[in-house]
Amino acid sequence: MSQAVVDRLNAQFGERVLETSDAFGDHEVVVALKDWVEVAQFMKDDGDLQMDHFIDLTAVDYPERESARFDVVLMTRSSVTGARIRLRTHAKDGEEPGSLAGTWSGANWAEREVWDMFGIKFNGHPDMRRILLYEEFVGHPLRKDYPIDKAQPLVPYREVSDIDKLPPFGIEEGQPFARIDWESRLSGGDNQVSPALGVQQGQRRTLSDSEAAQQVQARIEARMAQEAPEDAAEEGSGE
Amino acid sequence: MEPADELLNDQASLELSADPMRLNMGPSHPAMHGTIRMVIDLDGETLVNLDVQPGYLHRGFEKSCERGTWAQVFPYADRLNYVSPMLNNVGWALAVEKLLEIEVPERCQYYRVILGELARISDHFTCNGASAMELGAFTPFLWLLKVRDWVWDILERETGARMTHSFGRIGGMAAPPTVNFKDDVLRVIPEVHKVVKETEIMLLRNRIFLDRMQGVGVLTKAQALSYGVTGPMARSTGIPYDVRKDHPYLVYDRFDFDVPVGEDGDNWDRFMVRLEEIRQSVRIIEQAIEQMPDDGPINVDDPRIVYPEKDDVYTTIEATIAHFKLVMEGLRTPKGEVYSFTEGGNGELGFHIVSDGSGTPYRVRVRPPCWYNLAAAREMLLGGMIADIIPTFGSVNMIGGECDR
Amino acid sequence: MGELRVIDGGGEVAVTTRLSDLLQWARKWSLFQYPFVTACCGMEFMSTAAPRYDIARFGAEAPRFSPRQSDVLWVVGTISQRQGPAVRRIWEQMADPKWVVAFGTCASCGGFYDNYTTIPGVDKVIPVDVYIPGCPPRPEAVLDALMLLQDKIQANDRKPIVVPPRLVPERAPGRTGEGNS
Repeated sequence: MSQAVVDRLNAQFGERVLETSDAFGDHEVVVALKDWVEVAQFMKDDGDLQMDHFIDLTAVDYPERESARFDVVLMTRSSVTGARIRLRTHAKDGEEPGSLAGTWSGANWAEREVWDMFGIKFNGHPDMRRILLYEEFVGHPLRKDYPIDKAQPLVPYREVSDIDKLPPFGIEEGQPFARIDWESRLSGGDNQVSPALGVQQGQRRTLSDSEAAQQVQARIEARMAQEAPEDAAEEGSGE
Repeated sequence: MEPADELLNDQASLELSADPMRLNMGPSHPAMHGTIRMVIDLDGETLVNLDVQPGYLHRGFEKSCERGTWAQVFPYADRLNYVSPMLNNVGWALAVEKLLEIEVPERCQYYRVILGELARISDHFTCNGASAMELGAFTPFLWLLKVRDWVWDILERETGARMTHSFGRIGGMAAPPTVNFKDDVLRVIPEVHKVVKETEIMLLRNRIFLDRMQGVGVLTKAQALSYGVTGPMARSTGIPYDVRKDHPYLVYDRFDFDVPVGEDGDNWDRFMVRLEEIRQSVRIIEQAIEQMPDDGPINVDDPRIVYPEKDDVYTTIEATIAHFKLVMEGLRTPKGEVYSFTEGGNGELGFHIVSDGSGTPYRVRVRPPCWYNLAAAREMLLGGMIADIIPTFGSVNMIGGECDR
Repeated sequence: MGELRVIDGGGEVAVTTRLSDLLQWARKWSLFQYPFVTACCGMEFMSTAAPRYDIARFGAEAPRFSPRQSDVLWVVGTISQRQGPAVRRIWEQMADPKWVVAFGTCASCGGFYDNYTTIPGVDKVIPVDVYIPGCPPRPEAVLDALMLLQDKIQANDRKPIVVPPRLVPERAPGRTGEGNS
């Protein structure tokens, strides 16, 4: 059913269909960036294809690929024939695909999200602004070189001193659970897979080594020393 | 003529000119399920312009998936559509299993179907109950929550948690069904029917409820298709698309159930579609209980995918190593890209996975059904009155965790 | 009746003797909530208000969606960075005496969303009185938190506290009058 879509696109666009694929049962067609809007519009308007049901539009970041950093992926479905197709194109950092917001209304929000998360602008989009994050945010989080724990608070954090709580994931803590440290990988460093091995090899600290943890520990010990003469039986402080 | 009369004759329509009033609704607002901000321009009570601003519950699901293993995504996936977490669990497990090209044993498929449908009916209870509550009908809300608690009791006995169970595993489930599973489910089903009937008696002939729901928040079929709307919202406009029927997965093709489809695309149709879907889900559950084998494996028998038994892990070296590798590196998947979709509580819940061959996902994209449903909400609300925002927004069933991820 | 004395500290007027106890008793049995509900914990919040767990028997059922009219700010669910200014503003608009309950781990400490978009605990933005751990916490834990809060209101205690797990029912908070079991 969906193979017919691939065949039709091949027949219509010939050379401009760069690749087709059938891996894992998903039919996919790859086109160049300049043909993006034309092919998509054709998919919608053509009498045989009638891809009127918009499904999804997203992007994937391959920072280590020199030819084109991003993949932009469109998925649509035909409510008439039930066929599905995945259309893909490659975009370099800075290149702007044409906007499909005029073709399918759902692409409006999908493209805003791709801009927000990846920094890919869409040419001709009526309302290109951030959608999931706030306007003051700098950077595009789903890019591999954006560190996951780099927060940009809108309201400055207040000092929490009246309860003993490790600030578990402060900005300076690193990510104890991460499998792949993209920052070091992209800068030519190591690609440690297991956090335990990473600690063993000295590539990352454990949470209990951090400065914040030591401060909290010092505070607890100070208070225990204070309370110890009064209160021999029970300890009331949390850890 | 009096000078005043002359004036009136000259300007027959004496209008007070006014600029539209800009009002902010949210992000913390009683009618906004979850958290969303709407900036509305009002001309009197009519909506002239509307800007829906989601993203207040953006929790970084997609980025968080990239730093764990395939199995560590389950807790994050649970919290996507948190009113029907089992459906997200199953969706994610199916997505990775599509990449691995394996199929779970039959007993597990029935188990997933039953737990998923229980989750779906709790989703519809919550949505319809909250919709009714916002229009002033507090009692049906309490009745629906009462029966939702009974469904959650079953889920608690099976999975250990009332909601956000993290019970799915790649290649099976975390534990086999308990001994009394079928009896428990069969005992709850008549209660579900009773409460749905009581809700109908309460609401279906209530003049106020009808007036506020019928003809309000209309979405046409063409708009729904263009926005990518799926699920009960699409079915209420007349699009007969249900992933369970059109692209059956697990054992859905063995069941005999109907897909309720509406006509007008208004709030009333969405409410009724959801109510009827509860009944159809119960039908599926009854048939699944009957057909489900009482013994047999739950997990796929493949040590590269499924954790070995804990006894073996502590006594044999092969199981220890297998366990170690699965936990430390994650399970190895072939390199490639896959899009797998199931019927979530709100529509087509899709997972677009990119794998680079290692145990860590390279990119996980969740295709959230209520993201596109919410994008279509603008069309439904423009031109209506501000009071129509409440029932319309409730019927979109925007779940913040899924929408903003 | 006691005399009115103005005591320094937060601009509050502390009335001595039994009038104060009476006021605190009245306050704790009629808490108006502001449910700042964002995420999954909202479902357990709804369950706590549902017939089985019934928060109404504590007099704390009435949700008032205006900060001017409410006493307790229930921060339910994950607070994202974008939501921070909204929480702060709502807390500032509430009139004294006010309390804050951080419901769930995301509101207490950010939960497992240790990333660029989550505030690691709403107490980074506003002061919190009772922390309820759990993802999501069971409604029983929520009721424990409410009882703890009531005890703190009665005792005029502003020290923040985390709801402990109920290990031994006889020593549950509120039974012996102590905070920690």
